[in-house]
Amino acid sequence: MTQGIVIEGLNVWFGEHADRVQAVRDVSLQVAAGTSVGLVGESGSGKSTILRALTGLVSSWSGHMEVDGETLGKRRSLAFYNKVQMVFQDPYASLHPRHSVDQVLSETLALHKLRDVDRRIVSLLDDVGLGRQFRFRYPHQLSGGQRQRVAIARALAAEPSILLLDEPTSALDVSVQAEILNLLSDLREQRQLTYLMVSHNLAVVAHLCESIAVMQNGQLVETLSVADLRAMKANEPYTQQLLKSSMGYVRSDEVADG
Amino acid sequence: MNLLEVENLKVSFPTRSGVFDAVRGVSFSLGQERLGIVGESGSGKSLTGRAILRLIRPPGRVSADRMALGDEDLLAMSDKQMRAVRGQKISMVMQDPKFSLNPVMTVGEQIMEAYAQSRRGNRRERRQKTLEMLEAVAIRDPERVFKAYPHELSGGMGQRIMIAMMLIPNPGILIADEPTSALDVTVQMQVLNIMDKLVSERGMGLIFISHDLNLVSSFCDRVLIMYAGRVVESCRADELYQAKHPYTQGLLNSMPRLDVPSERLSVLERDPAWRTAELDDAS
Repeated sequence: MTQGIVIEGLNVWFGEHADRVQAVRDVSLQVAAGTSVGLVGESGSGKSTILRALTGLVSSWSGHMEVDGETLGKRRSLAFYNKVQMVFQDPYASLHPRHSVDQVLSETLALHKLRDVDRRIVSLLDDVGLGRQFRFRYPHQLSGGQRQRVAIARALAAEPSILLLDEPTSALDVSVQAEILNLLSDLREQRQLTYLMVSHNLAVVAHLCESIAVMQNGQLVETLSVADLRAMKANEPYTQQLLKSSMGYVRSDEVADG
Repeated sequence: MNLLEVENLKVSFPTRSGVFDAVRGVSFSLGQERLGIVGESGSGKSLTGRAILRLIRPPGRVSADRMALGDEDLLAMSDKQMRAVRGQKISMVMQDPKFSLNPVMTVGEQIMEAYAQSRRGNRRERRQKTLEMLEAVAIRDPERVFKAYPHELSGGMGQRIMIAMMLIPNPGILIADEPTSALDVTVQMQVLNIMDKLVSERGMGLIFISHDLNLVSSFCDRVLIMYAGRVVESCRADELYQAKHPYTQGLLNSMPRLDVPSERLSVLERDPAWRTAELDDAS
């Protein structure tokens, strides 16, 4: 039995017949338990779709997906959600505007059939650095960073071993981004979490992950270690282009048309 | 002479708990250059851009000691005169093309409309100009894009069309409010390249509003750093990494960097004194 995530020959599509769009083509990827892998690529390259297929938010897929030795079928079991949880990009959209932090967390705990709700909520809030004074607040009373902390607390409520992070900081300011990234690395250390993180920002991925998978047009172009990435040792021209663009603007006509 | 001069610009909004000062005394001048304005959300950088074009609606209030476009006084202009400034002399490109283009009008019609605002001329001439402009913003098949509706185009193309539309009246100043943050990095570079050329070839003044320090430092000539409605520091863009103000340094340090790995990112500690302290001008 392999721990972590194993994806083999994953295809995901949307629509039927003439409208069919192949979002992910024959992607194979492994995330060993306790490691962190980043998925980078442009919008529409299929990186978020892989996370959505894993969590069961997309049903039109084929191939083989395995989490901690459990082969995934069309439906996910409760046990699956106790292992895998997801944090979404936009903390303004992923929290119910009329539910207080307490409601959000207690509902999640109830769904996972966990007891001792009161104690758990307090310790979850402590874990994400919010403190209990935030317990009865509504999302509009929180800043973007605080909302994302609530979203992370909600994901941790089920005590998962794997977190899927879909652009967790791209809606936040850089100073807030730093706080959330620090929180994510602290939590990983405390709870021995496994991360699969999607981002378009190479520097963010490099900060949190050990290896990086680059996607383009639904296909996995290249997998490389962060050390290679930092040394700019990419083999594929597409990865090199991404690297170059992430270093800032280059004056004159050095930027390729395309 | 400077293209634009702004002195002591203030924007405030009355709220239930008193007046909120969103921009508190911003002064700057713009020549034929790329001027970056950076800051976090809520720092007042977008409002500064909007206030110049008088795009802040009541109950919001704008005041300034002086706002001059060349030798014209922007503050003394009537609303009718302002309409002649917007688009013709100062253009603005917004963040997201999805919300700025008319969804039920073809791209060509929209750009032609922008052209007709400034110049007379028959339809054929306008069409010809529009196609040339589309080509100028690196759209490879102008004839097809001319007939397309905004939803048929990608985000990057939409943004380039916005730019084409803003530039066809040949304005002296372009205000770009986060023009590339909705775009992928590779497309982002193309859009920047186009704006860069316009500044160097047409002698346009560009105000580039962004939260991306990396991008601003590599793209602009000069940078204003805004915090809580004030300019806390201004410096040459290539010297941004040697910035002196603790806020700017804090922002720079909180960014993860590809070339300099770090175990932990430093978190910005906000000093209340930054809100009030006087600006010591470095440039």
